[in-house]
Amino acid sequence: MSIDSATAAKVAKLARIRVEEADLPALADEFNAILGFIEQLQELNVDDVEPMVSVEPMRLKRREDVVTDGDQQAKVLSNAPDAREGFFAVPKVVE
Amino acid sequence: MSELTKLTIAEARDALRRGDVTSVELTEACLAAIDAADALGAVVHKTPELALERARAADTRIKAGDAPGMCGIPVGIKDLFCTEGVPSQAASKILEGFRPEYESTVSAQLRDAGAVMLGKLNMDEFAMGSSNETSVYGNAVNPWRAEGSNAALTPGGSSGGSASAVAADLCLAATGTDTGGSIRQPAAFTGIVGLKPTYGRCSRWGIVAFASSLDQAGPMTKTVRDAAVMGAAMMGHDPKDSTSADLPVPDFEAMLTGDIRGKVIGIPREYRMDGMPEEIEALWTRGREMLADAGAEIRDISLPHTKYALPTYYVIAPAEASSNLARYDGVRYGYRAKLSQGDGVTEMYEKTRAEGFGAEVRRRVMVGTYVLSAGYYDAYYNRARKVRTLIKRDFEAVFAGGVDAILTPATPSAAFELGKTFDDPVQMYLNDVFTVTVNLAGLPGLAVPAGVDARGLPLGLQLIGKPWEEGELLNIGYALEQSAGFVAKPAKWW
Repeated sequence: MSIDSATAAKVAKLARIRVEEADLPALADEFNAILGFIEQLQELNVDDVEPMVSVEPMRLKRREDVVTDGDQQAKVLSNAPDAREGFFAVPKVVE
Repeated sequence: MSELTKLTIAEARDALRRGDVTSVELTEACLAAIDAADALGAVVHKTPELALERARAADTRIKAGDAPGMCGIPVGIKDLFCTEGVPSQAASKILEGFRPEYESTVSAQLRDAGAVMLGKLNMDEFAMGSSNETSVYGNAVNPWRAEGSNAALTPGGSSGGSASAVAADLCLAATGTDTGGSIRQPAAFTGIVGLKPTYGRCSRWGIVAFASSLDQAGPMTKTVRDAAVMGAAMMGHDPKDSTSADLPVPDFEAMLTGDIRGKVIGIPREYRMDGMPEEIEALWTRGREMLADAGAEIRDISLPHTKYALPTYYVIAPAEASSNLARYDGVRYGYRAKLSQGDGVTEMYEKTRAEGFGAEVRRRVMVGTYVLSAGYYDAYYNRARKVRTLIKRDFEAVFAGGVDAILTPATPSAAFELGKTFDDPVQMYLNDVFTVTVNLAGLPGLAVPAGVDARGLPLGLQLIGKPWEEGELLNIGYALEQSAGFVAKPAKWW
């Protein structure tokens, strides 16, 4: 199982991280080194093993279905790189 | 004044209560030590005014009587904790300028107990690293140097700034977080104590998430007693974290009797690694002897899936990170890349994340994306979750067989030189070989300084406890600490 530049480009796209064309072979090599390391997991027979979902057997707590906070628009927007008229502003999304 | 910064939490608490010292005096001494220690790169956002304001409030509270143990104690807070109005960047460019409108539960509990925050501490970017070399602020440096050498050593990571600050007496204690060893490895590299509690003990709310099923906050302190005092103040149920355990937090300090007669200490044979330095082996043997001399029964045990822990971790942690770090998109907080004419929202995401994340974070996010992607989810991610079950079962079997705690080395070496292994990610990952199993199994782990190597650098031992049994774990650590008698301090060069 080996990753080529095309696969590296696809992963970068999925992760929404821009990688320059020239950097793709090196990235693919890094992926291969790490995947080679995790390849050992294939040695084990895990047929009848449940995948872990919670490390301590805890039932997630439930709470009343009520509003517990809100009405803090200024706080929510205070760290935005670009906020206008009470909204987050981003480049045009719809053509 | 500098003697004040050398106090432990317990010593300072008692002195404060006797009226021998004030929190303002302690805080001023720490602030002066911090200002004189920029060469360590440990404190990355200083908050002197806030600190003095809290110290004055603590003094009032102590005078009125009935103040909690942490009241008036100056501490450092890892940059991963969101602190209201104070920069909280997770050592990443992508959170440049971020000032949270809220306080993490753990730091709020410390604040409400009267602890004094001195500033924010350096770390690896998003807690991804074992040497504090991936930080946007630059390296944190270990106050220890090898005998006859001026080479700068790593304080370990990811809580490298916390370790450096505590070891150099810039603060009395610090918070850390531990996803694969990020409290225990830096504690061992700097000759201090580090406790990673059971998963669920400390609320994760307001701590920048790395790998949510593994992340756990804990104290980094000068003594085991201090870890008991500060740890208890950090723990407790929080409705804002759905995985927070609704269990009472015992008085750990009251459990420190040092009496471990009859306790069964397991020595896992799989932790004897090929190529392990002789000094680590010798330290481990010495630790076993010390616990036996204190009356514990030493038992050889097996944790058969140990060798699969690191590869499991390097599937699960990046997978969770790729999901958690999806929120950094240049829209709601932090950094947004400069866009070119015609760039749309996708270009904004891609450029922001390429420029805002460092190389190791980008690498792990993409590895995580890959192992979660269609076609590989079962082969990698689901398989890793199954192996994680097997790793946890190893521990369950050993504890069911009557073992009370497990003794291992904390790290496979003493602190190494900065710049040495940074180029090889897999080599760097091996730092976590003794600690990462504990996160995968959700168990409490404690690093205790136990000796120095031939070059005079500190070495630590790790104790692994049963779930929710931090009190017993700390007591065994206390017995080990008493026997080891580690009192060495780094010679000041900074």
